[in-house]
Amino acid sequence: MSKREPISDRRKFIFNMARGVGIATLGGFVWSAYIDEAKASQLLLRPPGAIKEDDFLKTCIKCGMCVEACPFDTLLLAKPGDHKPLGTPYFTPRDVPCHMCTDIPCVPVCPTGALDQKSVETENKLDINSAEMGLAVIDKDSCIAFWGIQCDACYRACPLLGKAITIEYAKNERTGKHAFLKPVVHSDPCTGCGMCEHACVTQKAAIQVFPREVAMGKAGDYYIKGWDKKDDKRVKDAKAIKTRTEISKKSAIDTLNDSGDLY
Amino acid sequence: MHKIWNSYRYLILRRFTQVSILILYFGANAWGWSLLKGNLSSSVILNAVPVSDPYATLQMLASGAAISLDLFIGAMTVTLFYSLIGGRAFCSWVCPINMVTDAANLLRRKLEINRIQGMKFPLSRNIRYWVIVLSLFVSFVMGLAAFEFVSPISMITRGIAFGLGFGWSAAVIIFLFDLFVLKDGWCGHICPLGGFYSLIGRFSLIRVFHNEENCTLCMKCKVVCPEHQVLHMIGKESLSVTSGECTNCARCIEVCDDDALEFSLRKLAENRN
Repeated sequence: MSKREPISDRRKFIFNMARGVGIATLGGFVWSAYIDEAKASQLLLRPPGAIKEDDFLKTCIKCGMCVEACPFDTLLLAKPGDHKPLGTPYFTPRDVPCHMCTDIPCVPVCPTGALDQKSVETENKLDINSAEMGLAVIDKDSCIAFWGIQCDACYRACPLLGKAITIEYAKNERTGKHAFLKPVVHSDPCTGCGMCEHACVTQKAAIQVFPREVAMGKAGDYYIKGWDKKDDKRVKDAKAIKTRTEISKKSAIDTLNDSGDLY
Repeated sequence: MHKIWNSYRYLILRRFTQVSILILYFGANAWGWSLLKGNLSSSVILNAVPVSDPYATLQMLASGAAISLDLFIGAMTVTLFYSLIGGRAFCSWVCPINMVTDAANLLRRKLEINRIQGMKFPLSRNIRYWVIVLSLFVSFVMGLAAFEFVSPISMITRGIAFGLGFGWSAAVIIFLFDLFVLKDGWCGHICPLGGFYSLIGRFSLIRVFHNEENCTLCMKCKVVCPEHQVLHMIGKESLSVTSGECTNCARCIEVCDDDALEFSLRKLAENRN
């Protein structure tokens, strides 16, 4: 039986390198996978002035200064077990809505710019009405006002009364002599403060606030309000995609004239 | 009484600063105190001086975040403080996890777990530096500060001021790991924040100085030291402890009965001999 050779330094070195790379890869994947899961929470309402969610997760250092500044204890920091991106500020309007302080104490204290003061300013003055924390959405099937029962709790609670929520009157055909007083949310003025959700009288709120990216649709550049001059501006940077087919190579008239056989 | 003070004076002071900082953070959120607001990730002292975690800032930079001026100033303030004065003092004078790992270490000594286990789990103390590299890489790929998402240090400090949730489990995990798996496991091997402060604190001024002439080779200092490799000169040479991995916890000074260890401003002259 041949004598075993001692393991060379070269082999040891290569093994150690391979082990290091292996452990780093294992750790890196586990770590990344955990983070990917942990940050995937779309339905969070952020403080006023919060930048885009992706950038917010990068930029927020989780110091809690906005939470401390909030006089109504609206803002909370996500704890382990909350199933929200750890340590980041959020609020739950059904518990405590944003009271829309005019001096917006939570925003200027942010050390990192995750809460951007510029985005809640109009003409260099703090203006909480320009905040875009979310958008209220009504489920008309559970809203008792849509049933015909008189309720304007959300409308009355709205800090932008008559702008963000208006009441639409309609005749109640069932009774023939009553009216529906239906609340309607307007996305432009609505800040997403959640006063309406807090005030809603149904067992689970029939009006709820969601992040704007979740709640809002987008018409896109293909459709335009022909009757509205201003709507032109919305699509002024739109780019058309030109497709070329056998038929569209030439102009439409030429194609029709030169197509040879009529069919 | 005098003896107790003499052999625990730095420990008492350290617990005092560690607990005071947590109380100040708690008070800031609960009662609106303004001495120290925020948490260990980023704070503001007296509503004026910003201080921020430079390692968290570095991860944010890697993730591609825009660094604000306040954050930059805060991170620089902390970096300068520890690189000039404190070394790794953050770990033993500020970080609350230090209390957890010290407790695990104490129990480990009382139960003589070291003697039972021997050195069967020789994990390199350099892992922490690789964790730093990995954390920056994961931050870059995932687009957010990676260690801040899992850091037990942030979880606990944040938890004490803003609600703990399941954060206490992080402390339990570290306690059990240090007690049963690896001596000085978290603070001495893995924690990238400790590694980071080891790197920036390499040249700080306050250092433990060993006077070899007084040393009786009892080795109590090496037993109590959480980074015992930094005490390589004990009984051999009169030297300052210059390794950045020393946390300036001063336990070695307290347990020494022979006045062979003391704090001193870095004695560079001796080291050149």
